[in-house]
Amino acid sequence: MNTRSLKRCSPRVLLPLLLAGCAATGRTPAVAGPAPAAASGELSWERQQYPSTYRRRPNPPVLITNATIMTAAGPEQRGSILFQEGRIVAIAPTLTAPEGATIIDGTGKFVTPGLIDDHSHLGVYAAPGTFGENDGNEATNPVTAEVWAEHSFWPQDPQIPLAIAGGITTIQALPGSANLIGGRSAVVRLIPARTVQEMKFPGAPYGLKMACGENPKRVYQNRGPSTRMGNMAGYREAYISAEAYRRKWDAWLKDRKGDPPARDLKLETLADVLRGKILVHNHCYRADELAQMLDLAAEFGFRIRSFHHVVEGYKVADLLARAGTAASVWADWWGFKMESFDGIPENAALIQHAGARAIIHSDSPEGIQRLNQEAAKAMYSGNRAGIPVTREQAIRWITANPAWALGIDSVTGTLEPGKAADVVLWSGDPFSIYSRAERVYNDGWLVFDRNDPAHQLKTDFNLGQTAPGVGR
Amino acid sequence: MSWRVGSRREALAVWGLLLCVAFAPDAVVAQTIAITNATVYPVSGPRLEGATVLMRDGRIAAVGRVVSIPASARLIDGTGKVVTPGLLHVQGALGLGVGRALTEETDEENTAIGGTTDGEHSGEVSPAFNVLAAIDPNAVAIPVARMGGVTTALTMPTSGLVAGQAAMIHLSGQHTADMVLLTPAAMVADLGDGSRGAGGGSRAGALARLRALFTDAAILRRRRADYDQNRIGVLSAPAEQLEALYPVLDGRLPLYVNANRQSDIENALVLATDFRLHLILRGGAEAWRVAAQIARAGVAVVIDTRDNIPSFDGLSARSDNATLLREAGVTVILAGQDPGGQMNLRFEAGHAVRNGMKWDDALEAITAAPARAFGLADKLGTLEAGKVADVVMWSGDPFEFSTGAELVFIDGAEVSLKNRMTELRDRYKTLPPSY
Repeated sequence: MNTRSLKRCSPRVLLPLLLAGCAATGRTPAVAGPAPAAASGELSWERQQYPSTYRRRPNPPVLITNATIMTAAGPEQRGSILFQEGRIVAIAPTLTAPEGATIIDGTGKFVTPGLIDDHSHLGVYAAPGTFGENDGNEATNPVTAEVWAEHSFWPQDPQIPLAIAGGITTIQALPGSANLIGGRSAVVRLIPARTVQEMKFPGAPYGLKMACGENPKRVYQNRGPSTRMGNMAGYREAYISAEAYRRKWDAWLKDRKGDPPARDLKLETLADVLRGKILVHNHCYRADELAQMLDLAAEFGFRIRSFHHVVEGYKVADLLARAGTAASVWADWWGFKMESFDGIPENAALIQHAGARAIIHSDSPEGIQRLNQEAAKAMYSGNRAGIPVTREQAIRWITANPAWALGIDSVTGTLEPGKAADVVLWSGDPFSIYSRAERVYNDGWLVFDRNDPAHQLKTDFNLGQTAPGVGR
Repeated sequence: MSWRVGSRREALAVWGLLLCVAFAPDAVVAQTIAITNATVYPVSGPRLEGATVLMRDGRIAAVGRVVSIPASARLIDGTGKVVTPGLLHVQGALGLGVGRALTEETDEENTAIGGTTDGEHSGEVSPAFNVLAAIDPNAVAIPVARMGGVTTALTMPTSGLVAGQAAMIHLSGQHTADMVLLTPAAMVADLGDGSRGAGGGSRAGALARLRALFTDAAILRRRRADYDQNRIGVLSAPAEQLEALYPVLDGRLPLYVNANRQSDIENALVLATDFRLHLILRGGAEAWRVAAQIARAGVAVVIDTRDNIPSFDGLSARSDNATLLREAGVTVILAGQDPGGQMNLRFEAGHAVRNGMKWDDALEAITAAPARAFGLADKLGTLEAGKVADVVMWSGDPFEFSTGAELVFIDGAEVSLKNRMTELRDRYKTLPPSY
C-alpha cells in the first residue's frame, strides 16, 4: 500500500485500513475520534459512508471513593476512581476531588468498566416485537453482505434502557443468522439518541456477521444451501468473487485511469474483509464446523475475530487459542436445537483455561440485562468443576475481551487512566445475583441512576404507555 | 445472607465428590439418612441453624436441632451446608425429549430437535390430550435439571387455546409410571396473543370459545341422556373433549392459564368466578396492575422473573412483578421458560430477591407455593415429618452462582448428579480428549 493510494482512499476506507494491520497481528488498533469532515469526491465511494455523529456530553468530574474497583486490567483494588471530561484520570487508594466534582461514597460497592455485549440484536429486533420492526434478517438470499445493521437500527427500542440499567455501555448490533453472510454489524454506544449515527462508536471497525450450521441450511432448504457442505460452498463462492473484485479495484486505484469498476455493495464489504478492515463475527455452534471455518479463513487469507455461540468451543479450545480467535458464548444455553445439544456450563472456563479469549455474550434482550451474572455463572461453574478461573479473568469476559473483539479495546473495556469513562457502580459484587447496577456512565455521561428517575431513560415508545421503566 | 466464594481447594473437593457420586448407582434404595449440623430451611417454619434432617423409608422422619438419630443411619456432615426441600419447576416440558421447541432468534428461524416436541400438537382445543404418554423417563434433560436441585416438574402441553393435560413428575425413576406424582395435574389453556387464532383472530373470540367449552361441558354432563339421543344441538367440542373438562368444572383440576395483558388476566378471573374453577395464572406480565384482585380471588401466579420486555401482550412487564404480587398477598410461584433451563430455577428466586422479594418468600415460591397450588402440599414443598423426602444439600446460599447442589434426594434416595453435561465436560477437560 503506497502513500498515494492511502490519500485517495475515502476516510471510511482509510481508518479501517489503519486498523487492519494491527488486527492481523492481534494487537490493539488505534481508534480515532469522530470521523473527519466529508471528503469531496465525485463518486459515491469516495465520500463518507454514514459517518458517526457521536459527540461526548460535557459532564462534571466524578470521584467514587472507597470502592472495590475491578479494572479488568489487573487485580481488584480498594480505593477511588476519578474521571473527568469523558476520560478516566486516576485510580488510587485515595484521590482528591477536583472542583465541581460529584463525589460518591463507594463503601461496600464495586466499580467495573461499562459492560460490552458483542452479540446483540437490540435495535434490529426491537420490542414490542411486531413484524413491523422485525429488521434483523434479510432472509432473501444466502449471502447479503451488502446490508448494514445500522440501516435497520431503531434508537427508540424500549429494550435499550433495560440494557443500560444492566450496566451495558456498548453493543455490537448484528444481523441475524438466517444467512451464510448476513451483513455488517453496528457498534453503538447505548445512549439516548434520535439517530443511530449519534450512537455509532467513533472509529470502531465494522463487523461482518457470518453463520454456520442449521439456520442457513434450514432457511434456504428449498433453494440451497440445504446442507453444511452447501453452506461451505456458499461462503467459498462469495469470497472467490470478492477476491476478483478486490483485485480489479486495487488495480484501478493504482493509476485511476479510465472508468472505475462498477461498485458492488456485497463485494465491497467482502473485499474489505479480505483487506482485514472488517472484523468477522461467525455464528457457529459445533466444534467440527469451527475447524472448517478456520480453514475457510485461511483459504482466503482473512482472520475470524470471534466465533459466536460456539457451544462446543470447549472441545476445540486449543484450536481457538492457536488461531487467536475469540469465543463469544452463553454461560449455559443448551438443547434448544440439535447443534446446541452439547452445551455445558463450563464452556467459557475451559476456553479460558486453554488460553483462548473467552467472551460472554447475550444474543438476548433479557440476557443483556444480566451479562455480569452470566459471567458469574460461567466462572463459578468452572470453579466448581476444578477449572481455575479468576475474577480478574471473568470480568474481562464482559469488558476487555469483547472490546478487543470489536476493535475498540484501546478506547474502552478497562479502567485505566486515559480510557473512556465507561464506568458502572454496582450495589455489591457484580458476580453476586443480588447486586445491581446503581449508576452507569457512558463516556462520562450519567445515563442511568437507579435512585433518580431523571436519569432513567424512557424511549419514545415508553411514553404514554403503561411500561414502568426499570422497576425497583 | 451472603456466602463467600469457595476456595480453589473447596472447588476441587466438590469435584472429587461429584466423581464419587457419578460412580454410584443411579438411584440408591431409600435408607435412613441424617444430614447433621446444617443450616436448614424447612420453608414450613423459620431457618434452623445446626439442625438435622432425618430421612427414613422415603419420608422425612424429623427436622430440628435436637433429633435422635438411629445408629444405622448414614450420616452426612452438613456443616457449612444449606438444606432445602427439593425444588418444583412447574412451567416446562421436562421429559419431552431434550426440551420444548423454542424460537431461537426470530420466527423464520424457529426450530427444534426433531421428534422432541411432543408437547406441541395441531389441535386448538384438546382438553382430552394428556402429555403423559410422551414423557421419556430417559430424557437427558431430567438429570440436568436435578443438578440444579429440581426434584419435581410439571410437564405441559403447550399449543392452542386448550392444550390439554399436564402431568406432575418426580425426577427419578426407570419408568414414567414410577415418576408420576399426579396426572392430570392441570388443564393448560392460553388467553394470550398465542390463542387469538383459535378465536378467529381475536382474543375476544378466544375467550368466548373457552367459555363456550365450559358451558357446553356443563350442559353435556347435565343432559348426557339427551346428548346420546341427539336431543341437544351442536356442542362446541366433541363429547370426549368436553368430558375431560369435568374435573376442571368441579374445581378439582386446576385450569392453568397463560395470560399477560391486564384485560386477559381479568377475563380469566371472571371466567374462574363464573364457573367456580381453580385458576392458576402463568405469564402474568401485567398481573402487578391487578394484584389486589388476584389476591382476593386466591389465585396463584407463575412468574418468569426475567420477563420485563414490553410487548403488546404485556406492555407493563416489569422486573419486580413477583415482588409486587407477593406484597399484595398473592401466592407467587417462580419458574423460567428456557429450554433445558430448569437447572437454573434457583436463580429465578435469586432474581426475585434482587428485585425486592424477601429471601424466604422466594424460596417458598419454588417449593411450598407450587406444591400447594397444584394440590401436593401434603407430600411436597416443605421439610416436615411425614412429607416425601425430597431434599437438597447445597454448598451455600442456593440462589447464588457460587454455590451448587452437592446432594439431591428424591423419595429419600440419593440420586446421581452425573449427566450428559458432566460427561461431556469430563471428556474434554484435557485436550485432545482420550476417546
